[in-house]
Amino acid sequence: MIDLQLSKYIYTSEGDQMLTIEMQIETGSVVALYGSSGVGKTTLLRMLAGLTKPDDGHIEVNGQIWFDKKKGIHVSPQKRGVGMVFQEYALFPNMTVRQNIEYGLADHRDKRWVDELLELTDLTQLSSRKPGTLSGGQQQRVALCRTLAHNPSLLLLDEAFSSLDQATRTRLQDETLRLHRHFSLTTILVSHDIEEIRKMADVVIKIEQGKIIKQGKPADLLYAPKKYHHIELTGILTKVETVEGGCILTIHASDSTHRIFLDTASTVQNPTQWQVGDSIVITLPYESSSVRKL
Amino acid sequence: MEEYLETLLLTCQLAFCTTFILVIVSIPLAYGLAFFRFRIKPIIEALISLPLVLPPTVLGFYLLVTFSPENMLGHWLEKYLHVSLNFTFAGILIGSTIYSLPFMVHPIQAGFENFPSILLDASYTLGKSRMTTLWKVILPNIKPSLLSGIVLTFAHTMGEFGVILMIGGNIPGETRVASIVIYDLVEDLKYKQANQYALALLLFSFVLLIALYRLSRRTQSHTLF
Repeated sequence: MIDLQLSKYIYTSEGDQMLTIEMQIETGSVVALYGSSGVGKTTLLRMLAGLTKPDDGHIEVNGQIWFDKKKGIHVSPQKRGVGMVFQEYALFPNMTVRQNIEYGLADHRDKRWVDELLELTDLTQLSSRKPGTLSGGQQQRVALCRTLAHNPSLLLLDEAFSSLDQATRTRLQDETLRLHRHFSLTTILVSHDIEEIRKMADVVIKIEQGKIIKQGKPADLLYAPKKYHHIELTGILTKVETVEGGCILTIHASDSTHRIFLDTASTVQNPTQWQVGDSIVITLPYESSSVRKL
Repeated sequence: MEEYLETLLLTCQLAFCTTFILVIVSIPLAYGLAFFRFRIKPIIEALISLPLVLPPTVLGFYLLVTFSPENMLGHWLEKYLHVSLNFTFAGILIGSTIYSLPFMVHPIQAGFENFPSILLDASYTLGKSRMTTLWKVILPNIKPSLLSGIVLTFAHTMGEFGVILMIGGNIPGETRVASIVIYDLVEDLKYKQANQYALALLLFSFVLLIALYRLSRRTQSHTLF
């Protein structure tokens, strides 16, 4: 169990504010910190890692005190056993992939552990490459691997997947979840991606203006856009043109005219099913809709 | 010819020793200035930069006075360690080290200050001490700054004149370096011989700077910054 009660005066682009956080985290869970930029999510991770000193409060992890202002205790980052994966990867450019991971190796660990990790994260082929020659996704895998080599009990992910493309992001999320379970970690992640939080987190904590404003299961707290969010336009069919490979429907809706091509596969039935004067509903799904100001 | 080689060798010896001492002294000094905040930091920074604005003869004069047996330090050195620094190689080495200090400290300090702090954070959260982080992460990634400090110090010491003349005088094989020989020869109107020394210094400094630029470009492409 992680028990923390912290306060820290932070300076952000939105203005200065007091970050006051009080929360308990179950060991073995994945907790997502959610909220707009500059509310103190990264500062909270940094305070947990020991990289930033809180102004007041305490941090207790599984009975061990990491920080206590009153008792004057501040355990250094080196002694906390925390693994942190940064948005910018933070790989050492002078070292190869293998050397980066070996650098993270806890002193008592056998070097064969590095081979296992490389294999586990599908990095064996890249082990002799320098970070500068790798793609963003590969670099993030190395960063994750290096952090795990240190054998942390608490894994902190600071927008670790935000700069990756969707396919790589999904793959790394799956990989991270698998590793989280495999190593029985407690994971805290900062993310702006609702889908990522819904997929990965057991608990989501929403922070606004330096305070926790909501806390609960992602399914209860977060809006499910794919389920409900779509746009519907109702109109009248004014023209049907049969063309090569399908048909074009001209629909008058909301004082504007829309021409929509339907290919043979999507019409399925004979194009003659469409009759001029029919009432038509055009549905734009969430995935393909976009909004802009005129 | 023998005298010529002896003088150039002594000049190189002084430059090499000064550079070696300054690498060892400057890394912790620059590290402290770059990563720690303390009240007397501006005073230390000013003291290190002083040789940049101070006439070499002023520094040489004060060192000459300090090393003199008439004064406390010189007296103590002579009485207890049986060491006299004025007009010796050790004396000009100390003077040269102090005089070239900013040429080594400044590039290394800049390298430390521009080093991405996130790499330090990554190293600390991986359980590594400040010392391990310095040796294995920071120094290999600031090679251009280190090279720049080494080459500038070496080249600067090769051409040092004022401080050496004040503390060392002109003793062949002990304190008589190339720049002092050039001055002497010109005074005696021996321009041809002076040119032999001057040309050697000019070519050496030029080649050294070319090597610095080539090396730092190559190192930059390897280290990403």
